[in-house]
Amino acid sequence: MRWISLGDSAVLIRVSDADAASALARRVAAARPDGFIECVPAFDSVTVCFDPLRVTPGALMNEIAHPRRAPSRRKSAVTAPREMIIPVCYDARFGPDLADVAARSGLDIHGVIKRHAAGRYVVGAIGFMPGFPYLSGLDARLHTPRRATPRMQIPAGSVGIGGAQTGVYPLASPGGWNLLGRTPVSLFRPDNESEPTLLRPGDHVRFRAITAEEFGAWK
Amino acid sequence: MEVIVRRPGVLTTLQDLGRPGRRQLGITPGGAMDPLSLRLANLLVGNPENVATLEMTLHGAELRFDHDALVAICGGDFATSLDGVELSTQRPFRVGAGSTLSIAGASRGCRAYLAVAGGFEIASTLGGCGTDLRAGFGGLQGRALRAGDVLRARDITVPSVAGGWFLADDWLPDLAGSVMLRALPGEHIDEFERNIFDHAFEVSPQSDRMGLRLRGEPFHRARGGELLSTGVMPGTVQIPPDGHPIILAADCQTIGGYPRVAHVITADLPTVGQLRPGDSVRFVGIDLQSARAALVEQSLNLRLLRIGLAGRLPWVRTDACSAWI
Repeated sequence: MRWISLGDSAVLIRVSDADAASALARRVAAARPDGFIECVPAFDSVTVCFDPLRVTPGALMNEIAHPRRAPSRRKSAVTAPREMIIPVCYDARFGPDLADVAARSGLDIHGVIKRHAAGRYVVGAIGFMPGFPYLSGLDARLHTPRRATPRMQIPAGSVGIGGAQTGVYPLASPGGWNLLGRTPVSLFRPDNESEPTLLRPGDHVRFRAITAEEFGAWK
Repeated sequence: MEVIVRRPGVLTTLQDLGRPGRRQLGITPGGAMDPLSLRLANLLVGNPENVATLEMTLHGAELRFDHDALVAICGGDFATSLDGVELSTQRPFRVGAGSTLSIAGASRGCRAYLAVAGGFEIASTLGGCGTDLRAGFGGLQGRALRAGDVLRARDITVPSVAGGWFLADDWLPDLAGSVMLRALPGEHIDEFERNIFDHAFEVSPQSDRMGLRLRGEPFHRARGGELLSTGVMPGTVQIPPDGHPIILAADCQTIGGYPRVAHVITADLPTVGQLRPGDSVRFVGIDLQSARAALVEQSLNLRLLRIGLAGRLPWVRTDACSAWI
């Protein structure tokens, strides 16, 4: 395994892609080696945080590379990625940058929406804020650089494009992504102790276009 | 018992030792910027080390207590008075029912931690009681204290504590305002024209609980391309395109895509939490083994202090202060 120290309390392991990262993170979290605190899978890496008073990085990596415990029989069930569907209203009110993305891509607005909604995405990482998914798999025609001037306030649920990725803002925040629409679904629920975020790293995600009426009626 | 906030101070939040375990969901562990002083404040009033305290920043709060309480303020030196009479900190003291405790400006350091014996009554959210200001949850409604807020704390029978002593500076993080931070090299250190370990920096006023921005001659990246984001940690020193390094702190994002040039060791994170705008910083290289030795020493010191305090706080059951070492 290719790895380096990330300071004195974490190691950074390089893997091939997001699927491999989330699979390794699940395996390490299930094995809970000595001194293990948590894993952060992100794109082509897994960061493993540990308690430096309990384990050295070398010993931890040895345990990760050569697990002592036999893999659980339910392994396949544990590692299968989830399929998640997120409803999105691509109304101009919620997607102020639809026209810009269309102009840059050479498509019309309907073409942009169609391609965005048809995509099959993978959660490469969650970061920036609780529950914010960086989704890879965006149609190459839709790749759009971040806006030169970020917006001061983007509403919660906004769906946007930043470079080669698409994502959803779980909370209102400043941000520079190009906004295409909005989901009525909550991506971060701090009062839900067991599932505080809708998505996890490695999840497979699809968007489903909904009308403004459906958006308004969503509870 | 109720503690009424008459003046909130610059930025006063409830913090404990953080909520690890959900970084992969983008949830930052957060917690005290200076976890050492938080632990000390709790030990001084006989609490377990991870109880939520008030973290005050540069200028503290004014609080009215409606019940007798045992309080400790630990960390930076904040001018403190009880009913108008000046009081020394870094020690436990009694606050009588109806008294007003006023914490003003810091003469040294940036943050002080106020612990009450018995602890504030704060529900745990996602594994911790601390305030996540950016995501707006935890602590008191996910925000900093405001005038008029009422904090509830457990009623206890306040024992008498002999005065005339306080924690000497040796126990505290470096509050000198001109500090050497011990650090390990980061993955991209050689991609920059100059070495971060050879230079002095000044802490910028654009610093907060997410990170400390450093000012100085900008660092130019000589080679290396765009990076995919990876996990980052408090203490990670990254250099964004403007060339000015940032030391990530307690509320930092869970992943980041800027080049990483160094990592401040865990034992020196309390010192980072005490840096204020204008302070000067140098990084000094250390190896992993010495970084671990420094942390072991810090945790042994805390254990010694706990044993030493048992004589001065005789009502504290030492077994009540377990874990965290």
